[in-house]
Formats: sequence, C-alpha cells, structure tokens
Amino acid sequence: MHVCGSHEWTITHFGIRTLLPENVEVRAGPGCPVCVTPAADIDAAVRLSMEGKTILTYGDMSRAKGSGMSLFEAKAAGGDFRVVYSVHDAVTMAAENPGREHVFFAVGFETTAPPTAYEILRGPPRNLTFLTAYRYVPPAVEAVSQSPDLAVSGFLNAGHASTVTGMKAYEPCFNKTKKPMVFAGFEPVDVLISVAMLLRQFVSGEPKMENEYTRAVTWEGNTRAQAAMDKVFDRVDGYWRGVATIPLSGFKIRTEFTDFDARTRFGLRETPGSEQFVPEARCGDVIIGKIDPPECPLYMKGCTPNSPKGPTMVSAEGTCKIWADHKVLASMRCRV
Amino acid sequence: MCLAYPGKVVELNGDFARVDFGAGTIREDVNTSLVQAKMGDYVLVHAGYAIQVVDETAARETLRYWKEILAAMPEDRAAYESQLKGGLS
Repeated sequence: MHVCGSHEWTITHFGIRTLLPENVEVRAGPGCPVCVTPAADIDAAVRLSMEGKTILTYGDMSRAKGSGMSLFEAKAAGGDFRVVYSVHDAVTMAAENPGREHVFFAVGFETTAPPTAYEILRGPPRNLTFLTAYRYVPPAVEAVSQSPDLAVSGFLNAGHASTVTGMKAYEPCFNKTKKPMVFAGFEPVDVLISVAMLLRQFVSGEPKMENEYTRAVTWEGNTRAQAAMDKVFDRVDGYWRGVATIPLSGFKIRTEFTDFDARTRFGLRETPGSEQFVPEARCGDVIIGKIDPPECPLYMKGCTPNSPKGPTMVSAEGTCKIWADHKVLASMRCRV
Repeated sequence: MCLAYPGKVVELNGDFARVDFGAGTIREDVNTSLVQAKMGDYVLVHAGYAIQVVDETAARETLRYWKEILAAMPEDRAAYESQLKGGLS
C-alpha cells in the first residue's frame, strides 16, 4: 500500500500495475488531503465566505463539498473565495486588502504544513487567519497497518512528505508493526525499484525501513521545517473524513498563536466527525484503500470528473479522479 | 500532498530564489527559508516553498543505477517476453 496521491498518479499514469507479477497488488491508501478534510471544515469555510470573509485556498479544495455547497459554488452564490498557489500569496493578498478579513483554508499533509507554520511565525497581517485542517501521515500508516480488513503486507512511504519528517518519524510505527517499509520516489522507475525492494524484504522475511529515494529523503529530514511546525502546532487527534479519528494525526494552532487561528476568531465549534458523502457513494472505502474506484456503484456512472459526487473524484490526488482521467474502468486486484 | 518538483537555483535574493525547472519553466519567487540552498543546488519545490535540497551525489548515483538497469534489459527482454507468453495461456 502507498499513502500518497502522487504515487497513485505515477502508478496509474505509467501503467505500473500492468507490469507487476500476478500476485502483487499495490493499493492506494489515504494519501489525498482534500479527500480527508472534514466536511465540517469545508462547511465552515463556505459559511465564512458567505459572511463577507475572503477565503483563500488551493484549487482542488475549492470544488470539494461538505454537507452543502463547495467554495466554488459559494462563489457563484455571492461568497468570496480565491484560489492561491501558495500560503505566501495569501499573506500578500491580505496585506493588500487591510479592510477585509481573509482566511487561509490550510489543507494538506506534513509536506504543506511547514510553509504555513513559517508564515505564522513571521507574523502575518492582522486581517489574516488560518483555518487549519492539516493531517499527519505516520499515525495513519500505523492505523492502516493494524487493520485486518486491509491486510497490508508492506508500505511504499510518501517520498516528499518524508523529506520533511525524515525516515525517523516512522520508526515508532515500524517498531510496533514490523511491516516492511520503503521510502519511494515519484519517477516510475523509483516506484518499480521500491516495489522490488519490498518484495525482497518479503522474501527474506526481514522487514526493514529502507530508502529508495536517497536523493531527497534522509533519516533526519528537514529539521528547520520540523522546528517551525513544532513551534506553531500542537498535535491532536484528527478526523479523517470517511475513515476514522486517528490519534495525534491532526495539527492545531498553539494557544500563543491563537490570534491567527480562524477557529478562535470566528468561534468555530468542534463538531464530531461525520462524512456527509452522497447516498450510495463509497468514497470512504476508496480513501482507505478497501476498494478500487470501479467497485463504487457511482464510479463513471453518476460520478465523473466533470460531475464529481465526492472528494475522491474532485481532487487531483483522489484515486477516483486519477483512475477516471486515465479511463481505468476495471478493478486492478491480484489475479491470484 | 506529495506534489513537489525539482528545480535548479539560478538566483538567490535573501529568502527567495529563482528556480529553473527545465523546459522553460521558471519560478521567480520560491521561498527558501526552510532549506539551506546555494546557487546551482537542486531543490524540491512544493506550493511555492523549497522543502528540501536534492542530494546531487545520491541523484547521480541513482541515475547511474537506472542506466545500468536499462542497459541490461535487451538480453533479459527475450526471456521475460517468453515467460509472459507462457503465463497468458
């Protein structure tokens, strides 16, 4: 199993599953941050955009729906939202419009959290707050490895998230579960070599934490980025939409930076996690890697990239969108 | 979110860098505060920020290894293809 939408893209785009032996299956685990962003957070962002605040977020996030409209639809209804490429753009925009409240809807994994932490440490303009819904991947890998349903034999670890955290972030999980792990790059050859490395671990019976992506991943990772995150965020339990609440997998802005926390400024209450997917949609099962997209009754029937019914078909890192864009219509399970 | 692209630092301006991703794609304002990048370094850029410097030695070694694998393929290819044909029956 891998836990990264970018890996799923490489695997699907280059037809890697068709090259693998019959008894090897690579499943897409929970590697899509837009997909696992709680519906309640999307609803909060939409509500704020309709109440005169300018919501700023990445393009993908704007089309995902919570229990009602997406940000994109809210814009058509008079809500204020703009797409930004980076959190730095959000800072610039807020500084240029001092008379208006701006909220950066901060979605992503540990790859994306450090720049936001850095901007909060720098002291953003007073009219900018952050609605953070970041998720931390190592606890999700641990949760998935302990699921009897999924029966994961080993992990292709997220190469770029790991450049930030370092391999060391996975040591506790590895020691507990002893599942083979290879830190994998994103070129197709990286993925093939990583799968081969995992297969060798299975055959030898000696699970290890191995690094295929040596040009970018180290044991320590990016300590500057880690320090910024530690200063700004507390790690708390996080609800992964359609999956579960995973312990210590969420990032919450620390109280000393509460002035920049949208949840405090706008009195957003913590609501229990609820997935709010449309009836019959099996987004949650796709997100966790229990099923392939074609096993959802809506896939490429009611739900297509032009008319998405769930976040997995909206996001560039959603398994359904990746498969649909490549016109994959059949399940790709083990053939033995 | 693992979407990060390697690019070469061609200019440094305090906390920002001009990064060349090849094929004419250049970003003027990549924030380099989270890494220690020098001129000519390759960095991985994610959403406008450099998150890691690419280890050039490791990269060259990886490329050399891949070349070796690809060079070895023609002899293995015939054996592999006949194995495939057998498997499809």
